Amino acid sequence: MAVQFDLVSPERRLASVQATEVQIPGADGDLTAMEGHAPTITTLRPGVLKVVATDGIKSYVVIGGFAEISATSVSVLAERAVPIEEATPALMDSFLAEVRDAASIAEDKDAAEKTVADMMALRAATGA
Amino acid sequence: MPSLKDLKNRIGSVKNTRKITKAMQMVAAAKLRRAQDAAVAARPYAERMNAVMAGLAASVGQSDSAPRLLAGTGRDQVQLLVVMTAERGLCGGFNSTIVRLARAKATELLAAGKTVKILTVGKKGREQLRRDYERYFVGHVDLTEVKRVGYANAQGIARDVLARFEGGEFDVATIFFNRFQSVISQVPTAQQIIPAKFEAASTNALYDYEPSEEAILADLLPRNVATQIFTALLENGASEQGARMSAMDNATRNAGDMINRLTIQYNRSRQAAITKELIEIISGAEAL
Repeated sequence: MAVQFDLVSPERRLASVQATEVQIPGADGDLTAMEGHAPTITTLRPGVLKVVATDGIKSYVVIGGFAEISATSVSVLAERAVPIEEATPALMDSFLAEVRDAASIAEDKDAAEKTVADMMALRAATGA
Repeated sequence: MPSLKDLKNRIGSVKNTRKITKAMQMVAAAKLRRAQDAAVAARPYAERMNAVMAGLAASVGQSDSAPRLLAGTGRDQVQLLVVMTAERGLCGGFNSTIVRLARAKATELLAAGKTVKILTVGKKGREQLRRDYERYFVGHVDLTEVKRVGYANAQGIARDVLARFEGGEFDVATIFFNRFQSVISQVPTAQQIIPAKFEAASTNALYDYEPSEEAILADLLPRNVATQIFTALLENGASEQGARMSAMDNATRNAGDMINRLTIQYNRSRQAAITKELIEIISGAEAL
């Protein structure tokens, strides 16, 4: 009754656990992946990823990247990922600046602006 | 014939050199461990990314609407060479091999009538290329202050490259770096990053794509550029330390040999001097 959950960033592997469900902030809306989910690939918007594992619930702040979901596994490749406990306001500010930077050279202005907006919402939600 | 004092000084200075090279070798060994760990830690991301991208590229790549980062501009007139070298020397042939490969490529392209632009990362490569290719330089990324290469550094370089691509400054981008094989072997590698090239896609399970395949591809292609640059930086980092380690190992051994040779020479000269003095005394006594 579990899926293999992996969370990797370019620099390291943050998590590799058995999870019963994974809540993913997809670009087209949040989705929850459980065992037997249809194979899906979705890009991520900046948001909070929540993993319900056998040994408790963990949340991560993820920015950019994508999730690969199959019936038995969920792999999230996030360009930036930190456990939510480590997401300090200062860190979120630096992420926001980064996203803004990227938006300034992006081809698709609408999408880039949406990302910035998502990022600001995320900052407001975590930077309490 | 150097005097005894000269020889003694010489031996002392070579001994000091040996101490330094030995220390550098040990430092490089420690750094190599860390660099290798970083390269290994980055592997899952790069591999997974590549697999997904290859699948996407295979299904979308043929259509006319394929993003320019994948399909290219349709020309190959202007070529950007991103030459990634170290910030420091004393690492054997590490920088030279990369520069040699880049130089060969540049010469070939120029002979074919293409326009060449060079972006250097790391000052050693810049110094070596300056003499022949300075007029082709378009930029330089300085990593002198960076203690440990992070993804943010790769992103910075990727952003620079992508901005130039958006601005129509070049058609094809290739990165040059050393791929780490072992401490004694680093392979200079040229890898084309724009337009993106993927190894043959394995036909994986059918996925639902959310949003569309095209949108995902457009989102991931720029990230893939950063990932490839990051991988190259890490490979380079490990290679640099590996090359430095073996270069310094050789230097230490050479210094040891030199000390032995100098010591023998010193002892011979000393003995010769003593013998000479004895002969002088004896012949002086006989003359009386």
